[in-house]
Amino acid sequence: MFEVIGERINTSRKNVQAAVADRNAEYIIDDVKKQQAAGAHYIDVNAGARIGHEVEDMRWLINTIEPIATVPLCLDSPDPALLEMAFQMVNKSPMINSISLEKERFDAMIPFLTGKECKVIALCMDDAGMPASSDNILGRATRLVEALNKIGIKTENIYIDPLVQPISTDITKGVMVLNAVRAIKAKFPQVHISGGLSNISYGLPQRKVINRTFITLMMDSGMDSAIIDPLDPKIMATIKTADMLLGNDNFCGNYLRGVRAGTIES
Amino acid sequence: MADFNAMTEALVSCDEAKVIQLVNAALADNVPAFDILNRGLIAGMDIVGEKMENGDMFIPEVLMAAQTMGNCVKILKPLLKEGESASSGNVIIGTVKGDLHDIGKNLVAMMMESAGMTVYNIGVDIAPEEFVKQIKDKDAQIVCLSALLTTTMPMMKKTVDAIKESGLRDKVKIMVGGAPVTQTFSDEIGADGFAPDAGSASKLAKSLLN
Repeated sequence: MFEVIGERINTSRKNVQAAVADRNAEYIIDDVKKQQAAGAHYIDVNAGARIGHEVEDMRWLINTIEPIATVPLCLDSPDPALLEMAFQMVNKSPMINSISLEKERFDAMIPFLTGKECKVIALCMDDAGMPASSDNILGRATRLVEALNKIGIKTENIYIDPLVQPISTDITKGVMVLNAVRAIKAKFPQVHISGGLSNISYGLPQRKVINRTFITLMMDSGMDSAIIDPLDPKIMATIKTADMLLGNDNFCGNYLRGVRAGTIES
Repeated sequence: MADFNAMTEALVSCDEAKVIQLVNAALADNVPAFDILNRGLIAGMDIVGEKMENGDMFIPEVLMAAQTMGNCVKILKPLLKEGESASSGNVIIGTVKGDLHDIGKNLVAMMMESAGMTVYNIGVDIAPEEFVKQIKDKDAQIVCLSALLTTTMPMMKKTVDAIKESGLRDKVKIMVGGAPVTQTFSDEIGADGFAPDAGSASKLAKSLLN
């Protein structure tokens, strides 16, 4: 089953930043409820955009969201101290966004994750910079899975982000990541694949059609979750349709429900 | 006689074959290489930069035009006269320490080079001391700092401060850029300029050199 991580509670979004600055709980609660109703399996919470305010903003957001959350939160920050605070505030075991192989980040996150029961997004980024080939991505994914397994995080709790890069800068970037995902899933059948999609279309016009088409290709390669806007009906419809086409929808049930509800249309 | 308009148009339409044909024709007509470079090619890339700023041209097209530009510069550079420089100034560009993003930075570097500046693209994860060293070594008039993460934006301030402490502040103009960076932030940290995209960055750099 494809898992949707709702991306909307992010202070880099103008309206969210304003709501957080004004401590407008109603706005945040309304948005989270809508994401949940639209089928989000996790709600990502990122308070990083207001520099110097990240800790209080995160605390306020979790206090506001946790009472009405029907799904687990995805705690989105590079700061392990902040993540520790947030971790203690939630009831349902959260997803942690994220760890990478960049030395400083890795060294800070491993102690935080050791012994914790949670899911974790693992970025295929290391100090050498952006990955340059499918093999490069696979190598990084392997190091991440092995390092996380070592501290007790099971493979099925790991969500590898293969780092989607813009196709506008290099026409081979799509196939590079698609092949990487295939290789990662072949090597680690239990691992999940996730990430944001919008990078693929950076620098090109009509981005949404690119993102929607890309997600179907990624799903065929093995991507089984994504950080997206659940209130975007077209991308949600695309995901349901692709899920059905890939054999994950008994008697096309979800698809037909979507059509009858008016959320899927040609 | 050279038809500089035809040259700029061909460059903007990303018609490499046509641009090279026009460049060679102009050279055969004894048009100075310096004029071809400035009035045919750099002028064309200025238009490309503006179109990029306006959303009329997109990254792949800009890359194509820059590639054509680069191929023409190879033809013209050896033909420039003594003392004629292909360069309007030295620019250092890098992503600040802790940040590994480079796509935008590379586009800016490419646009600035196409605009006639000598660009030293020193890479990603660059410490303040390294920026200072490079400014000295390359005798740079402009230094461009890139950051794509809110967590690495403070490093831009540290870099500006390091440049001040090294006594180089008056010798170099500092530009900042990257998705989360704003004019307000640029003003706050004491930079000389901010640009939201590669086209406007190149234009701003040119004006700072004058």
